[in-house]
Amino acid sequence: MKPLRMLGRSVRDAIKSVIRNFSLSLASISCITITLIIVAVAIIASFNVQNFTQEIEKDMTIVVFVDNDAKEEDVEVIEEEIKAIKNVDKYTYQTKQEVKAKMQEESEVFKTVLDTWEDDESPLKDTFQVKVKNVEKIRKTAEKIENIDKVSTVRYGEGMVDKMVSAFSSVEKVTYGIVIALVIVTVFLIINTIKLTISARRREIGIMRLVGASNITIKLPFIIEGMILGLFGSIIPVLITTYGYLAFYKHFDGYLYSRLIQLILPEPFIYQTSLIVIGIGILVGMIGSASAVRRYLKI
Amino acid sequence: MDLIRVKNVEKKYKNGVTAIYDLNLAIEKGSFVFVIGGSGSGKSTFIKLLYREEKPTKGQVIVGGLDVAKLKNKKVYKLRRKLGIVFQDYRLLPKLTVYENVAFALECIGEKKDVIRIKVLKALEDVGLKNKVHEYPDNLSGGEQQRVAIARAIVNDPKLLLCDEPTGNLDPEKSLEIMKVLESINKSRGTTIIMATHDKEIVNKMKKQVITLKDGHLVKFKQKGTYAE
Repeated sequence: MKPLRMLGRSVRDAIKSVIRNFSLSLASISCITITLIIVAVAIIASFNVQNFTQEIEKDMTIVVFVDNDAKEEDVEVIEEEIKAIKNVDKYTYQTKQEVKAKMQEESEVFKTVLDTWEDDESPLKDTFQVKVKNVEKIRKTAEKIENIDKVSTVRYGEGMVDKMVSAFSSVEKVTYGIVIALVIVTVFLIINTIKLTISARRREIGIMRLVGASNITIKLPFIIEGMILGLFGSIIPVLITTYGYLAFYKHFDGYLYSRLIQLILPEPFIYQTSLIVIGIGILVGMIGSASAVRRYLKI
Repeated sequence: MDLIRVKNVEKKYKNGVTAIYDLNLAIEKGSFVFVIGGSGSGKSTFIKLLYREEKPTKGQVIVGGLDVAKLKNKKVYKLRRKLGIVFQDYRLLPKLTVYENVAFALECIGEKKDVIRIKVLKALEDVGLKNKVHEYPDNLSGGEQQRVAIARAIVNDPKLLLCDEPTGNLDPEKSLEIMKVLESINKSRGTTIIMATHDKEIVNKMKKQVITLKDGHLVKFKQKGTYAE
């Protein structure tokens, strides 16, 4: 009961003091808000990038083109050699006729164009479609297959994914830099806010010490004040995250640019992100106030 | 039984000034002691050593069984809960009423609301301010403000009440009022009172124990003493 009573008292004091130093509190809250908006966007972006790179990697296939002059025995040899490679998970073989039929199924345009080609003048080739066990080693596996006689390989999707991931990761790095800088500025603002509160309450603190308040009792209201600033600062970012992502998801129908880039379902993703944002807000507030208490509250 | 034992205490401030040299004394439970001496005699330092505002550079200060000199900063509150302190400048919170000022001391240590109510009203009755509970300190006279401060100091039933020049800002009449309050607390509650002062009249009138300090040395410790040069 007693700790609860003291906590209630601390929260009451903290809220009072947020209101009393309203302008400085507002500055701290705004700074936290801006920081957290960027943090939220960074979280959403990086989780989505992670998600779709994983999805793409799952689908990643090495397409092995067999040279046109290869005979049936050659194809068998190629098949044996592919089978022998450790990283190969499974593979399918399609003759150029099958490839043609499949492509014609996919699109009207292909159908009419491909219909005009006879088998011997068709630019299509017999193909193996190889799935690998470990996507990270896909390049090596592809190289091994490429070395087989009468074969030319192409890894598709890979180049684009690589570029996209590296573009996103550099954007991510810049974002992290900005976030760190903003967090530092925010922490300093909070330190100053709490410093002001401490000096405004110097007399009260002195009396508290005289009458035997424990150190934690004296410190707690200031630390809670910082946490409240963080909490208030996370309100707008949470709203932006929740409604912003919902609108974004709806606008793009769950896909970005192509079917390849699938967005994460809003639920429960937005709630998790909101919790992370609130957590970071409170944590930043606490770090700021704790260091102010350590610096300016000599007890 | 001795409530306070001071053994071979020396206090040297960081700026090189030595405020107290080799002080030895013991104060009995329930006694009323004046600490007198001119400015710079070490009266205030002596009081500060007792409530661990200052640490002695040498020696032992034992208050109610606690070795104050060895007390860690974090644990000072344990000592403070056993004693009450009154200053010359009252140190009240202007935005709180008389009742709230006294209650503040108990709220800070997490006392229950109904217990606070009973103790605060009792303390205010003891200092004769029961009819001013809802006033703000600024609306009170100096003597009344000091009585509020005394009520705050005794509200937690301390064994020891330390007073650093409590009448320093008051005229002789109001000073006497305060002394009456302190004497009745000493008698009715059995609280040990140590009061630093340079008010000759009060010391001579009260006929209590007197510790005389001069330039940091103990000159005299007399039962029923007077303020003699």
